[in-house]
Amino acid sequence: MADTATTLPPAHGAPRFDVRTILTRYGAWIALALLILVNLAITPNFATWQTLNVNLTQVCAIVIVGVGMTLVIATGGIDLSVGALMAIAGALAPLIFLGKLFLLPHPAIGVALAFIVPVLAAAALGWFNGWLVTRLRIQPIIATLVLFIAGRGIAQVFTNGNLQVFNLPSFQFIGLGRVFGIPFQAVLMIVIVAAAAWMLKRTVFGRQILAIGGNEKAARLSGIPVASVKQRVYLISGLLSGIAGLIVIARNSAADANLVGLGMELDAIAAVAVGGTLLTGGRATVIGTLVGALIIQLVRYTLLANGVPDAAALVAKAAIIVLAVWLQRQGRR
Amino acid sequence: MNSIPLKLFQGTGRYGVLLALFALILFGWVRYENFLGAFNVLSVLRYNSMFALVALGMCFVIITGGIDLSVGSTAAFGSVVAALLSPYGVMPGLLGGLAAGLVVGAYNAFIITRLNILPFIATLATMLAASGCALLLANNQSVSVSYETGFVELGQGDFLGFPIPAWIALIAYLLGSLILNFTSLGRSVLAIGGNEDAARLMGLPAQRVKALVYLASGGLAGLSGVILAAQFGAGQPIEGVGWELFAIAAVVVGGTLLTGGVGSVGSTLAGVLLLGLIFNILNFENGLGWISLSAYWQSVIRGAFLLLVVAIQARLSMRAQETA
Amino acid sequence: MAPLLSMHGIDKRFAGIPALRSAELVVERGEVHALIGQNGAGKSTMIKILTGYYRKDAGEILFDGKPVEFSSPQDAQRSGISTIYQEINLVPYRSVTENICLGREKRRFGLLDWSAMHEEARALLARFKIGIDVRRPLMAYPTAVQQMIAIARAIGFEAKLVIMDEPTSSLDEREVGVLFGVIRQLKEAGVSVIFVSHKLDELYAVCDRVTIMRDGRTVQVAPMTQLSRLDLVTSMLGRELSQVLHEGHGMADAAGEAREHVLKVQNLSVGRKVSDVSFDVRPGEIVGLAGLLGAGRTESVRAVFGADRPDAGTIDFARRENAIATPSDAIRAGMGFCSEDRKLEGIIPDMSVRENLTLALMPQLARRGIVNEARSREIVDRFIKRLGIRCTGPEQRIRELSGGNQQKVLLARWLCMNPKLLILDEPTRGIDVGAKAEILSLIRELAGQGLGVLMISSELEEVVEAASRIFVLRDGRTAAELRGDAVNEQSVMTAMAHGHESAREAAHG
Repeated sequence: MADTATTLPPAHGAPRFDVRTILTRYGAWIALALLILVNLAITPNFATWQTLNVNLTQVCAIVIVGVGMTLVIATGGIDLSVGALMAIAGALAPLIFLGKLFLLPHPAIGVALAFIVPVLAAAALGWFNGWLVTRLRIQPIIATLVLFIAGRGIAQVFTNGNLQVFNLPSFQFIGLGRVFGIPFQAVLMIVIVAAAAWMLKRTVFGRQILAIGGNEKAARLSGIPVASVKQRVYLISGLLSGIAGLIVIARNSAADANLVGLGMELDAIAAVAVGGTLLTGGRATVIGTLVGALIIQLVRYTLLANGVPDAAALVAKAAIIVLAVWLQRQGRR
Repeated sequence: MNSIPLKLFQGTGRYGVLLALFALILFGWVRYENFLGAFNVLSVLRYNSMFALVALGMCFVIITGGIDLSVGSTAAFGSVVAALLSPYGVMPGLLGGLAAGLVVGAYNAFIITRLNILPFIATLATMLAASGCALLLANNQSVSVSYETGFVELGQGDFLGFPIPAWIALIAYLLGSLILNFTSLGRSVLAIGGNEDAARLMGLPAQRVKALVYLASGGLAGLSGVILAAQFGAGQPIEGVGWELFAIAAVVVGGTLLTGGVGSVGSTLAGVLLLGLIFNILNFENGLGWISLSAYWQSVIRGAFLLLVVAIQARLSMRAQETA
Repeated sequence: MAPLLSMHGIDKRFAGIPALRSAELVVERGEVHALIGQNGAGKSTMIKILTGYYRKDAGEILFDGKPVEFSSPQDAQRSGISTIYQEINLVPYRSVTENICLGREKRRFGLLDWSAMHEEARALLARFKIGIDVRRPLMAYPTAVQQMIAIARAIGFEAKLVIMDEPTSSLDEREVGVLFGVIRQLKEAGVSVIFVSHKLDELYAVCDRVTIMRDGRTVQVAPMTQLSRLDLVTSMLGRELSQVLHEGHGMADAAGEAREHVLKVQNLSVGRKVSDVSFDVRPGEIVGLAGLLGAGRTESVRAVFGADRPDAGTIDFARRENAIATPSDAIRAGMGFCSEDRKLEGIIPDMSVRENLTLALMPQLARRGIVNEARSREIVDRFIKRLGIRCTGPEQRIRELSGGNQQKVLLARWLCMNPKLLILDEPTRGIDVGAKAEILSLIRELAGQGLGVLMISSELEEVVEAASRIFVLRDGRTAAELRGDAVNEQSVMTAMAHGHESAREAAHG
């Protein structure tokens, strides 16, 4: 009997090919494909490099932040502070390479530090979020609300709310540079997505994240260090927010603490939800988040390109989110 | 259970915020001339009445254990509707804004209680939708209100020497307090947040109560939008960003537990005033000219306040669990 | 006069599996009626059908002479059936008054009349000899008082029938006395009580008649005085005395005695449920932990595994004393633990068989944090074969497996770690007969290879068959240690019913 065990016919475990399952599992991909088809049919000049570039650059920061958000949500948490952390990183970088914070021995060092320090600062603040969640056992939504409120204020205080304009190609490579004609930020995004997807699937850490979100009690009883895993996840979310902040300011050649990353938490959560990650944790897909962000961006682009006002795109986005989450619930019945 | 943490716990909730508010007022009174002058007091009240209304709705929602992220854009939506209707008179403007809020609230209630979508994500989507509707209706710009019908009095006028918006907020808070403390509906709200299963077994209509709470939150946000339009003379489709989080912070600072089940209308008002006064005091401080703290410090200080409160709450509830 | 309540021929199935088969329950007016049975015997399903929580598939309920079918607990309450649940179903942050009056508030001029409500709450509590400040929040009072408040609330609804589901589990002796006083008062007032409890003393102290359920059927109804403790336990567990004189098997005994123990627990005390528990396990032996529900079995082993913090006592594992503070400590030291609640604390439903199986092993399967997939697959394949886990493959989601196969995956989760000690809490609960036998023979085989096994099971037959020694817990204390010939169902039941002395008698007599 033991020999045949693995080859036994699927008694009750066979995947049922009903519409619901397909919709919940591949809904995001189908939606993306449909959107592209619709655009090819109705939107003038859709199949051009320029369109691709425009959409990619719009979506990069959201996806990078969304990756961190996916991991946080996978553990059953949430991170509202991502936009504020972007603002902090975005405010710090110009202060550093413009030499306002301290004197620079050499401009190259300034640029290097302008990459390293803001990202580390954002990571440290992410770690702080994790500390509040795991040590003080504050609900994630409130714990990260603290930095959501204070974070942007900190960035504004740094810069006194002023716009910092700059022109520094070596720094701005992160937002404007191209590698073989592809925007560097898109390359960075794809690398981050691939790394996170790989990590979630192949590493101990990734499994632990999903195990905690899937059943925290069982995870604890299996010896998983729940607190330390959660802590690291918030740290990663902070770190990625920092990177996204740098991309945004580099792209704009200006840092405005009032605007960098504004509303980003919502966009990131929306991308995660539409991508098919379970909002209660335990099932996550980083690629899905990429697809989700692309869908939201493409809907907006489609509407704009066809003369529908931007505001209507907001309503469409809301409808997509509710629909995605509702479908997800149906699939779990 | 050891009763000391419990007492402290209730103390920080009920009196902590009042003490802090009192201390802040005392500080302002001692340090700045005219701080307690009629002009300053009335303008602080006038301005913060909008936030107070939104926070009141949020308070009820949070007590049931939910959250409403859509209040800010609902207020914006309400302000646009009110501004568009203001040429027809005070009442059409007022009721229109209120109705706009109620519609959004009803929609929230529907997706949360019928489609069973988490309040957090449901109201997040509504936030986008309401903001989109406001922008569409206003054609992407602010909508001037009519100055002929007296609509602006709702925001700028006085009644018995007291700003009308402050009257509206005051009445809303009195009603809210009355409902929470002296009606079975209010007690149901508290019971559902404290232990939804138990409340159900006690025979309370949990879904209906929750639906009502989101409806009320929407309505109050709409009303706050009316005041916004009247106070600034225009419907503001892009206002209201971050109001929801301000409201949450005020409610939490007021000692309402985010897990639901505990909360007070009065402390929420104190929370709103506390957060509002921080801004006011910053202005005065800068006016003194000793230091120049930018207005941006206010959000840093608000965040720090929130942190302090939730950290204390967390410590106390951890201790309470251990000694239980 | 017709009985107050009669339930006849009640059938109920959950997902096709029968939970009640033509069950009966008749409660006379003014009587205290005990309803007892093992876990899964169907008593709580019965109660939930009565109170309208579930709908019956077949059968008839007559209440007060009329056929009824309640749509919800509230509906039942309106007709005079109040239920007191085992977990205190009140709202901790709200005041005592509110907790008593919620749902039937007093009003004046449309608003709540607080002073009248406080007065009513105070008067009601006075019947229970409780004089507390009713304005303070419920959570300010000890659990026992909260339980009494829950009872007061239920009775305050002018009930004809009060259902008490293990009402004494959080009360101390004096409080139990007060509660019994109240039950007698109710009885005098003509109110009937259905009393669910696993504490035999209490049943004799307060109940008039008893209905015993087993496997979804009503197996016996009798006046309390006509049944001895042993009769009760026997009837509940469903073994005839003649057939339970099982041959105790001392397989591992002789070899085991010589070896040093792998786990030795002494005078363990955890919270309210465990006050003085001692037991030990040697390598290569299966030790059973028996006891009625609420005897403190699960609480004891959770403390051993580091999942809960013990208050006192020593836990000596692998010759190190009290070195385990968390489950990861326990796992590192070589312990494995299958929780009794497979769904809530065992499986991670959305993960595959493979991921579930290697959950604890993962750190060892990885180099620099990267899981060695080839090795993982190899190990998983081996265990799927060895344990005969039926699935479409290692990548199937565990939630799609049957209970028995899920349990095998969880066993494999620990076996692949090469543990020294495996703690199994109800390893065969909710598993079909075939898989049960497989799991039990597997456990025996493992012990044969030198693994120490500590097994909790409510199925007496199972423990007696598998274990070479049995510790019987009763009310949070070790009541007896049975070994050799004494490992038979009769002595276990005797020990459950009476405690130490009689167990010894039974063993020797």
